Amino acid sequence: MWKFLVPFVAFVVMAVVFAFGLDPKRDIRALPSPLIGKPAPIFNLTDVLDANRKVSNSTLKGQVYVFNVWGTWCSACRQEHEALLAISKQTTVPIIGLDYMDERQDGQAWLRQLGNPYAAVAFDHEERTAIEWGVYGAPETFLVDAKGQILFKFISPMTLDVWEREFLPRIAAAQRSGA
Amino acid sequence: MKFLPRSLGACLLVVAGVFGGSVTYALDEFGQIEDPKIMARYDRITHELRCVVCQNNSIADSNVQLAKDLCRQVRELLLAGNTDEAVFDFMTARYGEFIRFKTPLEGKTLFIWGAPFFMLLLGGTIVFRIVRQRSRMPLDDTPAAGSA
Repeated sequence: MWKFLVPFVAFVVMAVVFAFGLDPKRDIRALPSPLIGKPAPIFNLTDVLDANRKVSNSTLKGQVYVFNVWGTWCSACRQEHEALLAISKQTTVPIIGLDYMDERQDGQAWLRQLGNPYAAVAFDHEERTAIEWGVYGAPETFLVDAKGQILFKFISPMTLDVWEREFLPRIAAAQRSGA
Repeated sequence: MKFLPRSLGACLLVVAGVFGGSVTYALDEFGQIEDPKIMARYDRITHELRCVVCQNNSIADSNVQLAKDLCRQVRELLLAGNTDEAVFDFMTARYGEFIRFKTPLEGKTLFIWGAPFFMLLLGGTIVFRIVRQRSRMPLDDTPAAGSA
């Protein structure tokens, strides 16, 4: 009896573990962020378009917003730009950008040429804000609720599909509970 | 160098260069930290933090910009008087446990740390049982020697 039961149970346990561990849809390089459910780090930076204008997320308390991290050196950011433009036209929540590891002129040229989906873009020349947010690869997109808590983080180019599937339901829920 | 042949002297010089080289510390673009104690801690910590972009390099070994930024962060935290533990906490609070090469021993990692000992115990038990079973078997298969 045991001779058959023990290997059988072991096989089932391993099969279940591997089925989850080897899920081809899972991005093994995407790391879970420890910041989910934590207060979004506050930043005080300048606007990439105007070095004299301040951009801070401390003024966004009470509002759900999207925080999108990009750089002109990042080809996947160019890939998602169309989707961000489309989202900015249809959506009610502001998209705040963070241009990091970049030069100011490059960021400005990017927005001029490709269009600007952002309510404001903070310029993080020294990557200090990116480190506070645990950013390790652009593009990264965060969702922050009205209490200033990080609800969700998406690592990869944004698409309309991802927006509708992952972001819109969370935004609706956050706006219901925040109101 | 009177007593040493020239080739041996050259050899020693090379050996000294190789081993002497290993005690100098890894430098980043900001140069050496003046206090050698802090420099040693900086060196150790940056080798124990994973570059989350390249994932199998430490931030000390990686040339990726993020790794350099994190090295700068470690340096600043150490020079500001933070403990090693505070530096690791800073990094794991932002990037998660994965950034540490050394998994800390705590509740949720108990399984990882305990698994080798559990496997050893399990394997040992199986081997013990097989050996004991076999030792009870007859030494050969002639019927007379069997029931001793």
